[in-house]
Amino acid sequence: MEIVSKVREPLVTGGKTYKDITEDVCRPVEAAPNIKWLAGLGFALLLLVSGGYFLGEMLWYGIGKWGMNKSVEWAWDITNFVWWVGIGHAGTLISAVLLLFRQKWRTSINRAAEAMTIFAVICAAIWPVVHMGRPWLGAYWALPLPNAFGSLWVNFNSPLLWDVFAISTYFSVSLVFWFIGLIPDFATIRDRAIKPVPRLIYGMLSMGFNGSAKTWMHYESVSLILAGLSTPLVLSVHTIVSFDFATSVIPGWHTTIFPPYFVAGAIFSGFAMVLTLMIVTRKLYNLEDYITMEHIEMMNVIITVTGSVVGIAYITEFFIAWYSGVEYEQYAFVNRMTGQYWWAYWSMMTCNVISPQLFYFKGVRTNLYATFALSIVVNIGMWFERFVIIVTSLHRDYLPSSWVYFSPTIHDVMSYVFTFGLFFTLFLMFSKFFPVVNMAEVKSILRDSDSKVYRGRRTISDAVVPADHRTTEEEKARESVMA
Amino acid sequence: MENNKHFVLGIFNDHNVLLKAVKAVRGKGVNIKEVYTPYPVHHLEDALGYKRSWMPKAAFMFGMTGTILAIVLQTWVMGIDWPMIIGGKSFIAIPDFVPITFELTVLLSAFGMVGSFFVSQGLKPYAVPVIFDRRQSDDKHVMAIDLAKNGLSEAELMGLLEETGAEEVKRRDLTEKEQEGNFITYIVDLFTHGVTDSARKLN
Repeated sequence: MEIVSKVREPLVTGGKTYKDITEDVCRPVEAAPNIKWLAGLGFALLLLVSGGYFLGEMLWYGIGKWGMNKSVEWAWDITNFVWWVGIGHAGTLISAVLLLFRQKWRTSINRAAEAMTIFAVICAAIWPVVHMGRPWLGAYWALPLPNAFGSLWVNFNSPLLWDVFAISTYFSVSLVFWFIGLIPDFATIRDRAIKPVPRLIYGMLSMGFNGSAKTWMHYESVSLILAGLSTPLVLSVHTIVSFDFATSVIPGWHTTIFPPYFVAGAIFSGFAMVLTLMIVTRKLYNLEDYITMEHIEMMNVIITVTGSVVGIAYITEFFIAWYSGVEYEQYAFVNRMTGQYWWAYWSMMTCNVISPQLFYFKGVRTNLYATFALSIVVNIGMWFERFVIIVTSLHRDYLPSSWVYFSPTIHDVMSYVFTFGLFFTLFLMFSKFFPVVNMAEVKSILRDSDSKVYRGRRTISDAVVPADHRTTEEEKARESVMA
Repeated sequence: MENNKHFVLGIFNDHNVLLKAVKAVRGKGVNIKEVYTPYPVHHLEDALGYKRSWMPKAAFMFGMTGTILAIVLQTWVMGIDWPMIIGGKSFIAIPDFVPITFELTVLLSAFGMVGSFFVSQGLKPYAVPVIFDRRQSDDKHVMAIDLAKNGLSEAELMGLLEETGAEEVKRRDLTEKEQEGNFITYIVDLFTHGVTDSARKLN
């Protein structure tokens, strides 16, 4: 019996068969890189190299090259760190939380979102390390090892050390989760390979996976538990990042709302970045049938919800500052709105609170161009949020004699550009050499999403395989292998 | 060759047909070697009579190890080996130990469980899997029955599989070399015979 939902759009459109999914997803991996991809990689490498030059110079001469001063001792570096960590959160949220909630729309986008998480966390981790000034001398100071000059240990009471543990755990567990998800798809690419080198490389990456029922049984169990472990992990990471501020005594930082507010903000910015990437990726690799408008609309709904949560948090902070009666706290918030950094504050409010409300209109949240523009606006807004929290609180501390104004230098800007270059380079390499869509998972929901699959049993010759991506000899060789 | 293993393969298009077929074939007292699918098919493990996965237990045990390790490490370092007064807190400040304890629990749980999964399923970068049919990772479900371990003849098994809805039924012999799955031999084969040749041989 066929059941076709009248309420929901199918998650995979275009009447795809299992064979089509394999073909569509493997095509970019197997084909030679196209010009758009090469252009993108060239641009990303330009950012990486030009930013890398300034970052290298900064490391050579010291962090005095940054615009930070006595009062504002955290500025762009920690802003960028918190921003990048936040971006990573949507990946885990899509793959873990939505898996636990049995949200089937996650399957087309989870792979790329998880990759985004890994790369964003790498970009984030650079900042605290570089911030140490001479990391080659002391990167190991953050590890729980007795100091070489005695048995002095790291301080387990410090939120900065909690951060080290949280970020490294988050990174390694996300990496494992991502790799586990990739194994069956690597096996598919291995079995399709027609040249020895790809077959060997994907064979090694697939770890000898052959899709036996016993392995799948354990595999599913492992995925579910990893999702169960990652869900509190994703909440804990940004909670702990917020502790870096919340356990201090600086007005504007010392607030109990920080943990939930940071988590909501992270999901908000993470989904915005997923959207930015997905809209480009689906176009670049012709994946419109897998990443549909339905997916984009769902993500826009999440952006609206989390954006509103963040908006409420801003207002709550203000209210509590007034209600607490603490004059320093009150001054900090009035200063944010009307002080020297008013432009940053109002950029944040416009980008984060007002603009996502446009998604209440169906016409906006189902419009690709509007979504793309708003996703970038949200990312800019979230960067400003971190900037406002860090810089406006530090530039006016308890001692008026140390009040200063922070301005970034070229080294601040270009170090940030470097992380963009790194992020896009990694993402482009991923999207070329790894399957962007989780084939095995999309196959497992295909039946629910599109009943056409079972209407007729199509063979490879009937399947729609655009010929422009592959040479005829290759096509023939693969068909003879698969026949 | 003497040591070749002989299998009968049933190839299915639809996982619901496969599930019914597995039940029917096992109902006839036939011993199924294994079923290979391109995506996880729910309830297949029940139909095949497998015990529930022990991965949750492994995850729990490794997680507990992480918890204990974290508590012992932090208590010993902060309370015994080098006690310091920080922010007026007591030496063994349990609430401050919560974040790291949580992180280490998750870390060890995840890594321990995934390690157990890899080891128990023989997954490693230099593993050479036996692939009965290349389409098993694409769009077909493959049921493999070992001829030596069943009372029925080849023709009877093929008839049974066709009856239960297999799209295609065929015989497949595994040579001794294939059964061993030696990585070095695999690489040499790959580069001397090429993928297409070895793939043709496989099917």
